[in-house]
Amino acid sequence: MYVAVKGGERAIENAHAWLAEERRGDTNVPDLSVVQIREQLTLAVNRVMAEGSLYDPDLAALAIKQSRGDLIEAIFLIRAYRTTLPRFGASLPVDTGAMSCDRRISATFKDLPGGQVLGPTFDYTHRLLDFKLAAEGDVPAAPTREAELGEVPHVTDFLNREGLIEEAPRQDTPPPDLTREPLEMPAERALRLQALTRSDEGFTLGLAYSTQRGYARNHAFVGELRIGTVPVEMDIPELGFAVEIGEVTLTECETVNQFMGSKSEPPQFTRGYGLVFGQTERKAISMALVDRALRWEELGEENVGAPAQDAEFVLYHADNIQATGFLEHIKLPHYVDFQSELELVRKLRREAGADQVQEAAE
Amino acid sequence: MTPLLSVQGITKRYGAHIGCADVSFDLYPGEVMGIVGESGSGKSTLLNCMAGHLEPDAGKVVFDTRANGPKDTVTMSEPERRMLSRTDWAFVHQHARDGLRMGVSAGGNVGERLMAVGERHYGNIRDKATDWLERVEIDAARVDDRPVTFSGGMQQRLQIARNLVTGPRLVFMDEPTGGLDVSVQARLLDLLRGLVRDMGLSAIIVTHDLAVVRLLADRLMVMKSGHVVEAGLTDQVLDDPQHAYSQLLVSSVLQV
Amino acid sequence: MSEYNFAYLDEQTKRMIRRAILKGLAIPGYQVPFASREMPMPYGWGTGGVQVSAAVLTPEDRFKVIDQGADDTTNAVSIRTFFERTAGVETTTKTTDATVIQTRHRIPEEALTEGQVLVYQVPIPEPLRFLEPRESETRKMHALEEYGLMHVKLYEDISRHGHIATSYAYPVKVEGRYVMDPSPIPKFDNPKLGEMAAIQLFGAGREQRIHALPPYTQVVSLDFEDHPFEATKADHPCGMCGALDSYLDEVITDDAGGRMFVCSDTDYCEGRQAAGFVGEMNHQRAFSVQPLLETEA
Repeated sequence: MYVAVKGGERAIENAHAWLAEERRGDTNVPDLSVVQIREQLTLAVNRVMAEGSLYDPDLAALAIKQSRGDLIEAIFLIRAYRTTLPRFGASLPVDTGAMSCDRRISATFKDLPGGQVLGPTFDYTHRLLDFKLAAEGDVPAAPTREAELGEVPHVTDFLNREGLIEEAPRQDTPPPDLTREPLEMPAERALRLQALTRSDEGFTLGLAYSTQRGYARNHAFVGELRIGTVPVEMDIPELGFAVEIGEVTLTECETVNQFMGSKSEPPQFTRGYGLVFGQTERKAISMALVDRALRWEELGEENVGAPAQDAEFVLYHADNIQATGFLEHIKLPHYVDFQSELELVRKLRREAGADQVQEAAE
Repeated sequence: MTPLLSVQGITKRYGAHIGCADVSFDLYPGEVMGIVGESGSGKSTLLNCMAGHLEPDAGKVVFDTRANGPKDTVTMSEPERRMLSRTDWAFVHQHARDGLRMGVSAGGNVGERLMAVGERHYGNIRDKATDWLERVEIDAARVDDRPVTFSGGMQQRLQIARNLVTGPRLVFMDEPTGGLDVSVQARLLDLLRGLVRDMGLSAIIVTHDLAVVRLLADRLMVMKSGHVVEAGLTDQVLDDPQHAYSQLLVSSVLQV
Repeated sequence: MSEYNFAYLDEQTKRMIRRAILKGLAIPGYQVPFASREMPMPYGWGTGGVQVSAAVLTPEDRFKVIDQGADDTTNAVSIRTFFERTAGVETTTKTTDATVIQTRHRIPEEALTEGQVLVYQVPIPEPLRFLEPRESETRKMHALEEYGLMHVKLYEDISRHGHIATSYAYPVKVEGRYVMDPSPIPKFDNPKLGEMAAIQLFGAGREQRIHALPPYTQVVSLDFEDHPFEATKADHPCGMCGALDSYLDEVITDDAGGRMFVCSDTDYCEGRQAAGFVGEMNHQRAFSVQPLLETEA
């Protein structure tokens, strides 16, 4: 007799078992350890932490292993895990001015207090496949130097002192929390930045690139890009003061953008801002450009209808976990809907056919 | 007699720049008011303030509503104002694209306002839409075609039909003939004049084209730099302009 | 899975979702924004329904999950297993035995009763979305009851096809106020939405919205006076149980145009067969590998 595609439960179990086997690959090749991923695929780990919005390199590495290197799948694992974590409180705002920088560059000034530090960057590598890596040799140690202590001031502060760039006044109101409140429009800048920092890197890159090609062009310079660690502090109510609970690596990008001005206000440069977990500079720069494009209204610019200016468009489509889930759900059975479409199309075709027959007869 | 619309001290600034300043006038039922001036004179700002598209910084726009008599539309609630805009008011945009749904058939475009006020009989909606297409000289056979397939003049006539189908008491028009060829303009003006006369429409028409007001407007206001510099009966102002700017405006047209 | 809270979500989150549900019940058809959480299944696969179920389930509940009307489709199995593991609740495939039923795309054939809760998985809760993509604008349209555009869509259907060409996710008006998307159920199911004795909850996880219909709510499918709403289905009896009143799936039985129609609600169909109702094709092995093997042998 006819059986409606039964046995779903066993099919799922078998699929999972097969998946586990495929993930492991050839068992003659040693198993990849989570520590190896954490130490040697750091940029993948960073991306998973940033878009998963959970700073934990070990968990991110585990997620990458479990997801067979599919980073969006890994981000998804981290997000789902994050849901189950209780929230103890919020940290104080981190001070990126006090960052111990591994990398710090400015495109707007040749030299500046604190100096330019290239750091571990691909920037000036020639993109030639290094076959030595295939031979699994040891890497010679990089030369070192005593770190220069002291504050590394932000480039925008120099401009600000002369009034050359718009003020970014300190705000102490707690920002809205995207993970605890539904995203509602219009979204203030703090909320937009929050959405962008965990947005899909590819989507954000594409949008940022589109602004450079003229879809809401805003003439961005990288005023400063810095990567390094900052201490995270938290107020402990029982103690009555803040204590350091750890440190995180961040990438911060401040762009200096085309100036604004009118008869009453002298011209000033404007700002775009990106701040992302880990060493994630492509994302941070993209974020700053998109942030700046989204600020057209407050800066009195024209809405040219560019995608990067449209906060609803950007924020509702930037999250890769939302996007991938909805995109892939069309794999699920839709035969009930399809059946009713089928009935309708048959009926319409029947009627159209009847009309044609009648016309032919007339 | 109660004016249909009483505009009192409407002022709108853009920062330090004046959009329009302290404009007042009354419009009586069946009257057509023309507002002329060069671009940047504040006439479109004024129109948008009156129609509820822009919030004025000061002033009142009192409309004689059917249910409750004269009410200030600037301070009335948004639902009330939106209700007015889809029943007693109509707005004809300069560019038909701004006033039409380009992806919806001509019939759907005309029918939308009927459906918005609760008409739920497909046959009636379609009949009324077809009737209105004919009134604006569009072939009824085009009722299922989308406006993208129409010429500029047809699109503008469709926009007018879409606006007039619910029998509004006040029509705002923003350069209704702008952007059309001269021969097309003449036909449209002719049509508008017929509709205004037959329906006893009250209207406010903003234009830089004096021919338009000569043909359609009973009264005229001349605007310059946000201020009304002269107002009066259309023929009077056009034949015997008092203000230097009005004289310039009239003579520059006559020279052409 | 003792490391997770009952029904996966923490109590704080469940309270937040319950508040949204109560608000939804108080304003039938209104879409209540809620801070949807990331769930361990993908967005678009029922995360909204899962969160609503997690918020309403109690240890005493009996839970049923259907997808396309069937208990045994893979996604239904996956969600049922999830709650078996995280909540330890009893599960059932019998509509009448269930206290909470999570569904995707169908309303069970058997009339639900007071005390039951029907939880729908909703992909796009906004009935105006495909007419107006902007959330800020659609919320305003709902607030001001500006629904003219909705009828423009139906008007266009009729002028193009001669009929309203919406066959599922067919929009309804709730208590004469809010226009609501009933989730992608076939329009055949629309009449069951109104005056239902059970509570109906709609969860959209990715879109972060919950809406609800309290028991015995008036729900009217949008239409025109001269083109009234019609609840349609395939014009056949069920091949398995002979039912004439149930929604049918079409199953292709061979590559020569052979097909049969069977109830999409598997519990309903099995119940009828157990009661002795037999459809015309019940003697056949319509879609099975077995006969093939036999001929080979």
